[in-house]
Amino acid sequence: MSDQQRSTHAGASPSGRRPLVVLEGVDKHFGALHVLKSVDLTIAHGEVVVVIGPSGSGKSTLCRTINRLETIDGGRITIDGADLPAEGKELAQLRADVGMVFQSFNLFAHKTVRENVTLGPVKVRGVPAKQAKERADALLERVGVASQADKYPAQLSGGQQQRVAIARALAMDPKVMLFDEPTSALDPEMINEVLDVMTGLAKDGMTMVVVTHEMGFARRAADRVVFMADGEILEDAEPETFFTAPTHERSKDFLSKILTH
Amino acid sequence: MQVIVDNLDTFGRGVWGTVVLFLWATAGSLVFGTLLAVLRVAPSAAMRAAGTAYVNLVRNTPLTLIMVFCVLGLPILRITFTDAVGTQFRIYAILALVAYTSCFVCEAIRSGINTVPVGQAEAARAIGLPFGQVLSLVVLPQAVKAVIPPLGSVLIAMLKNTSIASAASNYELISAMRNLIEQNGNAVIAILLGITVAYVLLVAVVSVVIALLERAAVTV
Ligand SMILES: Nc1ncnc2c1ncn2[C@@H]1O[C@H](COP(=O)(O)OP(=O)(O)OP(=O)(O)O)[C@@H](O)[C@H]1O
Ligand SMILES: [Mg+2]
Repeated sequence: MSDQQRSTHAGASPSGRRPLVVLEGVDKHFGALHVLKSVDLTIAHGEVVVVIGPSGSGKSTLCRTINRLETIDGGRITIDGADLPAEGKELAQLRADVGMVFQSFNLFAHKTVRENVTLGPVKVRGVPAKQAKERADALLERVGVASQADKYPAQLSGGQQQRVAIARALAMDPKVMLFDEPTSALDPEMINEVLDVMTGLAKDGMTMVVVTHEMGFARRAADRVVFMADGEILEDAEPETFFTAPTHERSKDFLSKILTH
Repeated sequence: MQVIVDNLDTFGRGVWGTVVLFLWATAGSLVFGTLLAVLRVAPSAAMRAAGTAYVNLVRNTPLTLIMVFCVLGLPILRITFTDAVGTQFRIYAILALVAYTSCFVCEAIRSGINTVPVGQAEAARAIGLPFGQVLSLVVLPQAVKAVIPPLGSVLIAMLKNTSIASAASNYELISAMRNLIEQNGNAVIAILLGITVAYVLLVAVVSVVIALLERAAVTV
């Protein structure tokens, strides 16, 4: 876990902080479909950025380009000032520094909960097994699933699995964590247990990019809200500003749809 | 059946020849077939193309042709392994069986890999595992369950394909059959039945082993 402290977390201005993840003019096509249209986005150290937008607007793709699970066709992405490496050892090393939490958890089905958390540290970071296990148990404790350490993912509830997935990402000591709709596959009663863990991370100063439609989380934990539509970033504002005074028709329209119920 | 009992040594030599070809070719095909499967899912387009080209070329060539190429072609290309003629032909035959069977092993493994949700590999890449470990630590262990049944069919087909090695100066069941028929023209039916029973029993043994492996993989 990063120890860097942020003076405030909600509504803080990104200015004055060092940029960590920088996207400049990023373009991405899927065949004829232009999914990311010259996207610029800067995420500073310790910043929490929530990405929202209608289905198909490119939120997942944006997230996935940051650890190069999707390659880009144009533009540039840097993390801590370094360009994303091409395929190979260096790229693997970079991915180790970028935590990712998926909508469908994607825990390793053939490994126990604890093994899910120790695999990366042992194989990628070369942490001794005993030390990795102790760390894993501490992280599982932190996300509230310590008692499940010896079970297999399929034996856990969705909310528990997602918290294990967060622990697995944290075990790599990532510089930044990407969350792609981490709660949208969960039953309603499990959403908060995951959001609470994420809010805790945000408070502790983790740099986070979170694709979510949980507006409560955005207000509570985000420094900025980014609104995407049709592969473009239409708004990039502090949560209060975005929710109370959106400037684009598209975002007003979108907000009215998700906030009315 | 008297003819089999009277010629148990010839018969036994045939069974042994088939078993030896089968075991070596199984080991070789599993190794080379896995390598081909890795090529076919590799991140590099050139590696994928090489894997695909090999599989499509060799899989669609008759095994007899590959066998003849190994036995007649390799010596012309001065590719030899030993001075012992018998062993040399056996190695050529095993190479032919491996070259051919690996394509099917590769496809069985690849279809098994495809049963593992993509999210598993993505999560493995996301924690920084390199390609080789994504496969060996996360994808292949989960693919095994789905790979074993089709792999069983591939190996059983290969067991029967060892018969083609008799055309390449290898002594195995079909060679034994030919020998026995030449010497006992009056007992052809009995000889054919005896050889058939030998194949059926060998296939049964392979099937049992596959079934045991399948059970072991499911309970893991
Ligand atoms: N691998 C792919 N191949 C082809 N098209 C894709 C692929 N992945 C995404 N797309 C398309 O790209 C567009 C953007 O997809 P993306 O998943 O980034 O949207 P999203 O904003 O995350 O949507 P959602 O809210 O539904 O998750 C969509 O039209 C989608 O159909
Ligand atoms: Mg998405």
